[in-house]
Amino acid sequence: MGHRTALFSKHLEADAKIVDFGGWDMPLHYGSQIEEHHQVRSHAGMFDVSHMTVVDIQGEDAKPFMRKLLANDVGRLKKPGKALYSAMLNEEGMVLDDLIVYLVEDGYRVVVNCATRAKDLAWMEMQARNFNLKLTERTELAMIAVQGPEAIDCVKQVVSQAKAETVSQLEPFQGLSCESWFIARTGYTGEQGLEIILPVAAAERFWDCLLAVGVKPIGLGARDTLRLEAGMNLYGSDMDESVTPLESNMAFSVARKPLDRDFIGRSAMEDLGVRSRLVGVVMESRGVLRSHQKVYQGDLEAGEITSGIYSPTLGYAIALARISSDFDESAADQLSVAIRNKKLPVRMVTPPFVRDGKKVFKERTQE
Amino acid sequence: MAEFPGNFRYASTHEWALLEDEGTVKVGISDHAQEALGDVVYVEMPELGQMVEAGGEAGVVESVKAASDIFAPVTGEIVEINDQLEDAPEKVNESPFGDGWFFRIKPNDPSELNQLLDAAAYAEVCASE
Repeated sequence: MGHRTALFSKHLEADAKIVDFGGWDMPLHYGSQIEEHHQVRSHAGMFDVSHMTVVDIQGEDAKPFMRKLLANDVGRLKKPGKALYSAMLNEEGMVLDDLIVYLVEDGYRVVVNCATRAKDLAWMEMQARNFNLKLTERTELAMIAVQGPEAIDCVKQVVSQAKAETVSQLEPFQGLSCESWFIARTGYTGEQGLEIILPVAAAERFWDCLLAVGVKPIGLGARDTLRLEAGMNLYGSDMDESVTPLESNMAFSVARKPLDRDFIGRSAMEDLGVRSRLVGVVMESRGVLRSHQKVYQGDLEAGEITSGIYSPTLGYAIALARISSDFDESAADQLSVAIRNKKLPVRMVTPPFVRDGKKVFKERTQE
Repeated sequence: MAEFPGNFRYASTHEWALLEDEGTVKVGISDHAQEALGDVVYVEMPELGQMVEAGGEAGVVESVKAASDIFAPVTGEIVEINDQLEDAPEKVNESPFGDGWFFRIKPNDPSELNQLLDAAAYAEVCASE
């Protein structure tokens, strides 16, 4: 038996198929992962993401510490609650994890992946040794993501007036505390929505209230297809400790300026250059792209699929692929993927694939 | 819980076979198999007229989770395929023993069906997985 979140019995009530996920017993789906995907794209769905790790960083050195720890620059966060997506690098410039960091009243709140929890905590504690600050893992908190075009309205219907006002006040990528809840306009689906960190004791009741206004539970299966359509990386699949963020479609999250900010891994990352990169791939013929399938340019192996799915919104397969940087982009129309000994043609595109329920990807050859 | 209807025969590779009045054998995958696969998104069928061998590859079913080979439960000729699955692969999940059937085989030797598992034996195979 793995770890169980405060909502485990709710998942069983909803007939979830439970699977092991990084040591946690989590819902894969509640019947049909494709229906759950469409539910989020067209209405509203809720995800139990309590397995994710919440860490608070407080103390007078919190800011210099975070500016050293992360490839993105928390110095850019001015408004209370504003958030950044960032990579955390090792000394070699490789991605230890990706995370969201919020500027909160007394420091920063960070949400990291569950599979990397022990490694991340050990790394942060080691790096914090020469700083005056406190790192606190918040295991007493649950986390529920409510996502979809109707998500924010549904949440406002079931929370207190004060919380509803906080929700109304939020800008995209901002999180604020209210009555011991932390409510953020962030997500992993490419839809409007909220991620809510709340006391474990309040989680079941909130879940039931959302169910009552038509928000459906969504499992890890649809979470993966939603995030990939949104062009978002999954740590461990699309990037890990063998690549830099510049090689992983994360250059937007690396703050190069100010040039003298010496974040961990910076010089190694810059010295290394870009050996490969992550690109989007679509395949309109019948079949499904899956991780580890080889990508070819003519007869030459050009790379490998890192995440691939059947996209329920588009009705065909999409993927992220890691392509060698010596790949000749002018021949991007000669790409194929090997699926069961056949080479099927694919096209290279620029993610995201889907935003707010609509196809948005760009053909790279037309850029 | 998965269903194991008694009038079908089963392969340990999770296909079912049903001998029809016309002498043809209808083939699909079991309820247990569709549950394990999750939502089916494509079915790659054999060609009409193709000869298939018992235990030999006769197609591929792709779900959100994985691609799985479909093996012919008996030897013979493919005489019909279920075209409906091209636009509605979800029928495999909704009705694995009904509208979600895959193809019909004209068997060389209908007694080959006796070598397949009955419902009780197949249910045991599934329980031991």
